[in-house]
Amino acid sequence: MELSGSGGGDGRGTRATAHELARYEALFAARTRGMKSSAMREMMALTERPDVISLAGGLPDTSTFPPELYSRLMAKVAADSTARALQYGPTEGMAATVDCIVEVMAAEGTRVEPSEVIVTTGGQQVLDLVCKTLIDPGDVIVAEAPTYPGAVPTFSAYQADVEQVEIDADGMPIDALESTLDRLSAQGRRPKFIYTVPNFQNPGGVTMSLARRRRLIALARERELLILEDNPYGLLRYEGEPLPTLYSLDAEAVGRGGTSDLVIYLGTFSKILSPGLRLGWSVAPRPVLEKLNLGKQGADLCSSSVTQMFVAAYFAERAADGGPEWRRYVEELRALYRTRRDVMLAALEEHFVGDATWTRPQGGLFIWATLDERIDTTDLLALARKTESVAFVPGRAAFVDGRSGASSMRLNFAGVPEERIREGVRRIGRAMREQLGLLGSLTGTSAKARPPVAAPASEKATERMADVVALPRRGEQPAARRQRDR
Amino acid sequence: MSLTRRVAVLKGGRSLERAVSLRSGAHVQDALLRLGHEVVAVDAGPALVPELLELEPDLAFIALHGRDGEDGTVQSLLDAIGLAYTGSGPAACMRCTNKALAKYMMREAGIPTAPFHPLAELSIKELGAAAATARIQDSIGFPLVVKPAIGGSALGVKFARTEEELPGALVGAFSYDRTVVIERYLRGRDLAVSVIDGAREGEQPRRPLALPVVEAVPREEEFYDYESRYQIGMTTFVCPAELPPETTARAQGLAVEVYELLGCRGVARVDLMLERDTGELWVLETNVVPGMTETSLLPQAADAAGITFEELVERVLESATAR
Repeated sequence: MELSGSGGGDGRGTRATAHELARYEALFAARTRGMKSSAMREMMALTERPDVISLAGGLPDTSTFPPELYSRLMAKVAADSTARALQYGPTEGMAATVDCIVEVMAAEGTRVEPSEVIVTTGGQQVLDLVCKTLIDPGDVIVAEAPTYPGAVPTFSAYQADVEQVEIDADGMPIDALESTLDRLSAQGRRPKFIYTVPNFQNPGGVTMSLARRRRLIALARERELLILEDNPYGLLRYEGEPLPTLYSLDAEAVGRGGTSDLVIYLGTFSKILSPGLRLGWSVAPRPVLEKLNLGKQGADLCSSSVTQMFVAAYFAERAADGGPEWRRYVEELRALYRTRRDVMLAALEEHFVGDATWTRPQGGLFIWATLDERIDTTDLLALARKTESVAFVPGRAAFVDGRSGASSMRLNFAGVPEERIREGVRRIGRAMREQLGLLGSLTGTSAKARPPVAAPASEKATERMADVVALPRRGEQPAARRQRDR
Repeated sequence: MSLTRRVAVLKGGRSLERAVSLRSGAHVQDALLRLGHEVVAVDAGPALVPELLELEPDLAFIALHGRDGEDGTVQSLLDAIGLAYTGSGPAACMRCTNKALAKYMMREAGIPTAPFHPLAELSIKELGAAAATARIQDSIGFPLVVKPAIGGSALGVKFARTEEELPGALVGAFSYDRTVVIERYLRGRDLAVSVIDGAREGEQPRRPLALPVVEAVPREEEFYDYESRYQIGMTTFVCPAELPPETTARAQGLAVEVYELLGCRGVARVDLMLERDTGELWVLETNVVPGMTETSLLPQAADAAGITFEELVERVLESATAR
């Protein structure tokens, strides 16, 4: 079978198209069937235009990074370490960068040994390497519902069977997780790992309570289950007490100053520094770490030496008060994002109240809003991008079946200046009200939105924490508001 | 005899089918280059007209799908600036792209098309049209399909199995166009017949030519929504479709009839449904700018007829100059 070139000659006699397609199709691996394009994702791509206010991205605000510091550090890396920066590095990462990672994790109260860390090309690569290491086609992954939209294509590409457990205001309910595990067990199946974003979940915005973290670890230890703890935003907390990572709780359970043996930790510099660096990391039990390393050798040999050296140089910087500059910058981001979160919450209060409900995150980048169950936010996006030039992530993106979560949306408050947050929410609200008005005309009823996530059921008395979610409030009459918005 | 021409390939645009259009356009460009033409690619954005005025191509190859490229907007503009282009003119584009208009015309001409009623969003707001939905659903029956009157994205096509699902389906479809068509849901086999002009440059006029029938066979028996139906890998295509000869002939005959009725030129693809229970053929819709990607139905059908992609592109190109 000849696949290269177009057949040469004058081109007149080239047989292409249908035959060519069949030829390629016959060559594709079975897993590519799980790599689906989706009309919704294509529509999302259309919203990446300067005239569109996008609350869709997963972006931090990189405009706040001091340009002079950036150029000075890059110049320093270039001048001091030309040869090393331009060279391959070790697969597990450069020692100086690993030290930075140990420092970041310590800032979250998690102690790790440098030898337990692997530097990766963004946190996303950890998802890929973990699946590469653990998932055969048909293997089960238990994830949250909704789950990180970026994990969906990864899980699908490895042909995993994903079971999603619906979260509530305190994160993944452990009772529901146990039921899922029991149901699977009755079918003779057990998950290869449990995937969770415990802090300021993407996209739900909720945080797993301490009691649930403890129960999750106890359950994992009892049933010998691996956990993939995805923690990109842990340091971006705007209120409340920081909670221990699952990794540190498991290490504690192991005792004797040991290290976790069931938690694979995923971290990233993307949200506390820059996603453009493409640097993340994993901390994992040694046998898993070794496979991740082998998997990474096959994937990309090593992550960028240039950006690893940039991170090392950056972490050596001192702020005016003598403390680490990176801590000062994270503080700056926290102050900025806290304000933006509050601006978005106020805008939602003004433009969504009565017609939608939403989560009130204590940190991170995202708010999850849920509208009338008859509204499909994929359609709302089609309308809103056209008539209002505004974008968000439709809830369906956070579900592996591509169907659930249809009336919800993810809103990013971190990457957009305050004025655009206000205007963006106002526009989405206007498009939503247009659909609600139409629904009202067709049915003679008014809107009913379910809570964005349920309030936690009194699973265990110790788990009662009611401070996470803003429950729907019935304020002004929607009709009166609609008039004002015209 | 092929003449070297300076061809502007119009692709991309702002429609929901932008991604497909870019792929169609790229594929056409390759073929044009292999045919020895001079090719300039133009993304149909705010600079479309100025760019064309500056480039001064001999003609435009329209590889735009959906809004602007298929609804007659771009064709009218090209007429205005005096630039020849491939495919149908503005009026045919409008007739084909507006499903309500196309269905009215087909019904009047006696061409089988599923029972339907159009519904405009404004009529709900301003004329109390909500009160008509009960009659509409009674006359059409469930399950039914709601489609945006204009627009080819599978996203806008909604099912309603029950009365309760109808409002949501209508609101969903209205997100893509201000007018929708409520239509009986037909269960059966999805067929597509591509039609190209019969006569080549300098020949006597002849009737349009129907290419072999393509059948889209879903991998799964039942579909939850149209989106998954058109997802790559979810459907396999069989060409020529395995049909009794009389069914093939009937499908091709209907396609040519529709092509002529709606006034298409150059090329068009007519989608039909072979209803499972009755064995009836129904015409669903006509696409005036069919996909030209590697996986598209028109190139597959041409291939089955022994027409290479280059020959197909050359024939479509001729429709621009034969005008």
